[in-house]
Amino acid sequence: MIHSLFLVNSSGDIFLEKHWKSVVSRSVCDYFFEAQERASEPENVPPVIPTPHHYLISVLRHRIYFVAVIQSEVPPLFVIEFLHRVVDTFQDYFGVCTEAAIKDNVVVVYELLEEMLDNGFPLATESNILKELIKPPTILRTVVNTITGSTNVGEQLPTGQLSVVPWRRTGVKYTNNEAYFDVVEEIDAIIDKSGSTITAEIQGVIDACVKLTGMPDLTLSFMNPRLLDDVSFHPCVRFKRWEAERILSFIPPDGNFRLLSYHVSSQNLVAIPVYVKHNITFREGSSQGRFELTLGPKQTMGKGVEAVLVSSQLPRGVLNTNLNPTQGTYTFDPVTKLLSWDVGKINPQKLPSLKGSMSLQAGASKPDENPTINIQFKIQQSALSGLKVNRLDMYGEKYKPFKGIKYMTKAGKFQIATR
Amino acid sequence: MSTNNLSYNDQGGSDSAVEVGQETTPTSSNAGAGFGLFSTNFKKNDDLKEMLESNKDSLKLDAMKRIIALIAKGKNASELFPAVVKNVASKNIELKKLVYVYLVRYAEEQQDLALLSISTFQRALKDPNQLIRASALRVLSSIRVPIIVPIMMLAIKEAASDMSPYVRKTSAHAIQKLYSLDPDQKEHLIEVIDKLLKDKSTLVAGSVVMAFEEVCPDRIDLIHKNYRKLCNLLVDVEEWGQVVIITMLTRYARTQFTSPWKEDGLFDENSETAFYESDEKKTKNGDEKKSYMMDPDHRLLLRNTKPLLQSRNTAVVVSVAQLYWHLAPKHEVGVITKSLVRLLRSHREVQYVVLQNIATMSIQRKGMFEPYMKSFYVRSTDATHIKSLKLEILTSLANEANISTILREFQTYVKSQDKQFAAGTIQAIGRCATNISEVTDTCLQGLVLLLSNRDETVVAESVVVIKKLLQTQPTQHSDIIKHMAKLFDNIAVPMARASILWLMGEYCERVPQIAPDVLRKMAKSFTSEEDIVKLQTVNLAAKLYLTNSKQTKLLTQYILNLGKYDQNYDIRDRTRFIRQLIVPNEKSGALGKYARRILLAPKPAPVLESTYKDRDRYQLGTLSHTINTKASGYLELSDWPAVAPDQSVRNVEVIEPVRRSIFTSTARSRSSPRPYTKGGHDQFRHFNTAESDEEKSSSQSSEESDKSSSQSEKSSSESDSEQKKTTKKPPQKKTVKPTAKDRYYNELFNTYSCVPVSLSLFSLCILTPCPLSCAALLLQVSGPAFVPEKSHDLLHRMTGKGLSAQYQFPRQPCLYQPTMVSVQISLTNTTDHPLEQIHIGDRDPTGLDMHCFNAIECLLPEASVTVSLGVDFNDSTQAANFQLCTKEDQFSVSIQPAVGELFLPATMTEQDFRKEQGKLLGMNESSATITMAAENTTRQPISRQVATVANLGVVPSGQDNIHRFAGKTASSGALVLVTVELRELSAALITINTEKSVMGPMLLRDLKRALARA
Repeated sequence: MIHSLFLVNSSGDIFLEKHWKSVVSRSVCDYFFEAQERASEPENVPPVIPTPHHYLISVLRHRIYFVAVIQSEVPPLFVIEFLHRVVDTFQDYFGVCTEAAIKDNVVVVYELLEEMLDNGFPLATESNILKELIKPPTILRTVVNTITGSTNVGEQLPTGQLSVVPWRRTGVKYTNNEAYFDVVEEIDAIIDKSGSTITAEIQGVIDACVKLTGMPDLTLSFMNPRLLDDVSFHPCVRFKRWEAERILSFIPPDGNFRLLSYHVSSQNLVAIPVYVKHNITFREGSSQGRFELTLGPKQTMGKGVEAVLVSSQLPRGVLNTNLNPTQGTYTFDPVTKLLSWDVGKINPQKLPSLKGSMSLQAGASKPDENPTINIQFKIQQSALSGLKVNRLDMYGEKYKPFKGIKYMTKAGKFQIATR
Repeated sequence: MSTNNLSYNDQGGSDSAVEVGQETTPTSSNAGAGFGLFSTNFKKNDDLKEMLESNKDSLKLDAMKRIIALIAKGKNASELFPAVVKNVASKNIELKKLVYVYLVRYAEEQQDLALLSISTFQRALKDPNQLIRASALRVLSSIRVPIIVPIMMLAIKEAASDMSPYVRKTSAHAIQKLYSLDPDQKEHLIEVIDKLLKDKSTLVAGSVVMAFEEVCPDRIDLIHKNYRKLCNLLVDVEEWGQVVIITMLTRYARTQFTSPWKEDGLFDENSETAFYESDEKKTKNGDEKKSYMMDPDHRLLLRNTKPLLQSRNTAVVVSVAQLYWHLAPKHEVGVITKSLVRLLRSHREVQYVVLQNIATMSIQRKGMFEPYMKSFYVRSTDATHIKSLKLEILTSLANEANISTILREFQTYVKSQDKQFAAGTIQAIGRCATNISEVTDTCLQGLVLLLSNRDETVVAESVVVIKKLLQTQPTQHSDIIKHMAKLFDNIAVPMARASILWLMGEYCERVPQIAPDVLRKMAKSFTSEEDIVKLQTVNLAAKLYLTNSKQTKLLTQYILNLGKYDQNYDIRDRTRFIRQLIVPNEKSGALGKYARRILLAPKPAPVLESTYKDRDRYQLGTLSHTINTKASGYLELSDWPAVAPDQSVRNVEVIEPVRRSIFTSTARSRSSPRPYTKGGHDQFRHFNTAESDEEKSSSQSSEESDKSSSQSEKSSSESDSEQKKTTKKPPQKKTVKPTAKDRYYNELFNTYSCVPVSLSLFSLCILTPCPLSCAALLLQVSGPAFVPEKSHDLLHRMTGKGLSAQYQFPRQPCLYQPTMVSVQISLTNTTDHPLEQIHIGDRDPTGLDMHCFNAIECLLPEASVTVSLGVDFNDSTQAANFQLCTKEDQFSVSIQPAVGELFLPATMTEQDFRKEQGKLLGMNESSATITMAAENTTRQPISRQVATVANLGVVPSGQDNIHRFAGKTASSGALVLVTVELRELSAALITINTEKSVMGPMLLRDLKRALARA
């Protein structure tokens, strides 16, 4: 299946290679570099590139291309999904997944890749099993290792791979038993120039951080499970139970994991939490343009809108801007024409606005493209869809765990057309 | 082990001697070359070599880490091979792993030296620890050295019948490796694949199907018998295996079942698309007419894959989607829509592949995705290839009802800053306009407006699209042609200019004033035009010459002359051809008469259609589909057979005759509950699809309790059937071939302790000794010769306030840890109220190591339950003390093992026995002479008595008067050898040889008592 893996940085250097079958020369990446040159943006490199003898399937994460070399027919998503799993694992291990982090931990990376694939077929991709095999590097452990000469490789053989709950390692022990669940919803929306919603949908996830001793068996129930009609689960969730009772019953993996993700589609009406008033005009013949933007909260259920960040790609004709924010700071990059305004918190009494003028290329006719405005924001302690967890119960162990649940709404791909 | 090590070191010594010899040559040559660069490089590696040869592990490890970093960077580190490979047997795990990584990377280049490491792996293949066996096989099979093919073959065959499912999984992986190394082994490998396909473990299933796909995808006959099992196991297979199995089953189903799409055998896939609108209704009618009955196995596959649409793994979701697309009746395909749309929120690359699949689907079945149209709206942040895919889908989804919405959306796209995307949108508008005649005019108007756009690409694209649209209905649009002629001067894009010229020529009679003028302009600029424009100019000239020769004769001749001397041979060719055709001369002959009909023939309008139109010839979700060419190794999806092949091939009867007789009734009516499911065993869970959730959760908890219950899963039904069989028919009726039988027994015994209550009824029926013939290993652990029925009181019901507990030793190797002795505890509730939360309480940390059973939620009155427990007695008869707790109470209990229970039986030959006995003399020997009871003078009673006392295996003996028994202790694995030698006058000498000097005399005492009694 997966023959080799090359890691390519943004300047087009291969900084790591790993082969699971016989060695494939790195010159195969030349086809990839060609495609990379052709693409205007890094994101535009096609994920699947056929070459005379191989197929290159790549993903781009954290400005690193993970290029897998394939020799024969395999579902492309199989490879893509696996590559993303690799990135997730690196992130899990090193905190960040950057070129520097990978180079610093090249031995751990190699050990991980060796365990994750056997002959190109995924072997152990569960982070719990991997962590039993290869302990993640921490500063303390690095220091200890250099002094004592001990290693990152687990001394004990992992048993998780053999069990029917492969996602949980055995013999977990904590002094404080805790289980935290974060319900995070992202709202994707396209708003047209008049402020009406063209499409809006919510993508939610429940991320969990479970640190419980032994083999706990958890059940999580919701006040309004009907909202969840389009869900995908972590393999630990018992599907039949969900089908019948709409209760999540599972033996959790140890540590951080994504319990489920769900999708509330545009058919269920989604309340848009913010509104934007905008007036961006260019006059024919003049080298000036007017720019006005006002933000306000709308249907936020009494919760404050925080960490608001507005960004917009202005037309190429714009040379510079002279704008005045009532709060926060704004920047305009004359090269990329990217305007971004860090608003902060929206105060409903005094709405933030950004007003001023744009200077255009002299003599050029007025730009005819329309800038779109992308907005990011956060609303704490509220899930926009109204999803609420009812209760969490634990069976199989007898201690009392500390339980916590947090809700948050974020803007996903939230964009507003201006013309 | 110590002897092994020694021998290895010897080898190592001789190796290094060889290496020295090898090293010296490159050194001298390198020094001779004397390049500064090379010498520093060499020096660096030299110091690595030194570090590797030191005797400090930390130094070696450091060196290995640096070497790995070199490999990762793609640098060549092959010259260190001899120094590295010596460390292959290192005790340090990390060092060993890194050496493995190195070995696998360079073995191909250094074949001879790589062979030195083989013996280490061969030894590790026999290790009692399954993980070590597995990793040895993994590395061994990754060494791509053709000489070791026979060794690999042997190792794979052996591992394929290993007790541990994990090792079997590894052997499935190794099959592919061996196949790619030596395709001649195919036939043998297929045998192994066939064997592993029968495996019932979820761990193995994915890997073996992968091997099947790689080695012998055409041997569909191997799947028949395993089809139902694979369907049923699917949910519990790991996610990567699911993808592979689903893809394979899709292919399988297309060869085995009849099409669910056709009603009267008239409709095939393609003709159905034409009937798209009424398609759903028709299918339903077809169902009512009962002309088609779906094979229950076909239904089984669809039903069992459906839950996987909820998987977090996008590859699994798409593979289920393609399965439904290719196999499900048309009206059921809708279930996949929602899941596919959900994936659009995933990573960019995932979106790309999913959108491609949706694009292909949406051409055939718009209805599926129309409700989700808004999910395909383009965002300014999307990557270009995502944008164009979304456009593609939106265009396919357009119909009379939603076209206005879509066009409004397209209008905003046209204004996008991404001009390439804007151009794509214009093409999409063109397609909508041709497909939906109601909006053709509106679209055309809109496109004409775009002609005054400032961006060149947009204008050019509009011209091209307008040209195509006009061709479909040219009569009304002379004003548009005029408008375009006016724009002609401002348009620089060659394709657009060529299109306008073509339009002029084609419809020159509709614009009689303008066309000659355009030609005049072109004559002026002809030399500086692009080739494509020149060709169209020549065409225009020819057409005008034919319709309006008065005005254009000279112009045409001028252009033809220019063309005659053009640099491009295409243009010269065309000019020559046109001249012959239109200018009358003596040579032109008959053809000239038809010039007008040739050049001005009415041309069919181009069909604007999707580029995804023909992609459905590839199976969805495959690489071939993504790149739209046949990838190497792509397996065609066959057409449905007209007549279904024999269904009965999938009936499982050869292997499990008893199971069939029990279960066929339920297999027919699958929804009826079966008594066996109460035990909550895994295998049954899959079989019975209508099980309640309660059962599922209970089965889950029982799974959790044992780490390798997948193994039990595998054999449960076998053991079940086997038990049935032994109860019904005495042993002589065993018809199964011997090797298979051995495995059955092996597994049967190994999983025995976790077989649930409902089966424990049979537990006492298996008294037949197990004739194991695995002679390969000296210390092969075998099944027990005899399991005593005797159980001991753990907790009396009086002291236990109604809870009574009894324990017995099932004499199975413990599943939790090999050093543990398994103990079965039957708990009975004699009270009149349910007892809750029965579990094992805190233990003394200094006490014995135990593996507890999972807490029992609730035990109803009069109910009893059997749980199993593992205790590591450390080879002593010290009692295991612990607390048995209920919700309210705690009871201190203790398990006191008889010394005989601390052994595991071993099989060995008489020869081995003598040899081992020779090593255990002196202090390790204890013996006694006894007077045997009268009835204990023949072989059988003696064996029975010894087996009752101690869990030992019988060693075949050549002499009638000497009986030998062998075993090993559970914790430390020390050998225990018992010899009973009959002498005259019913006297007998009992000799026990073991290095456990405490256990020896204790066992002797017990044996004396048993044999001398009565």
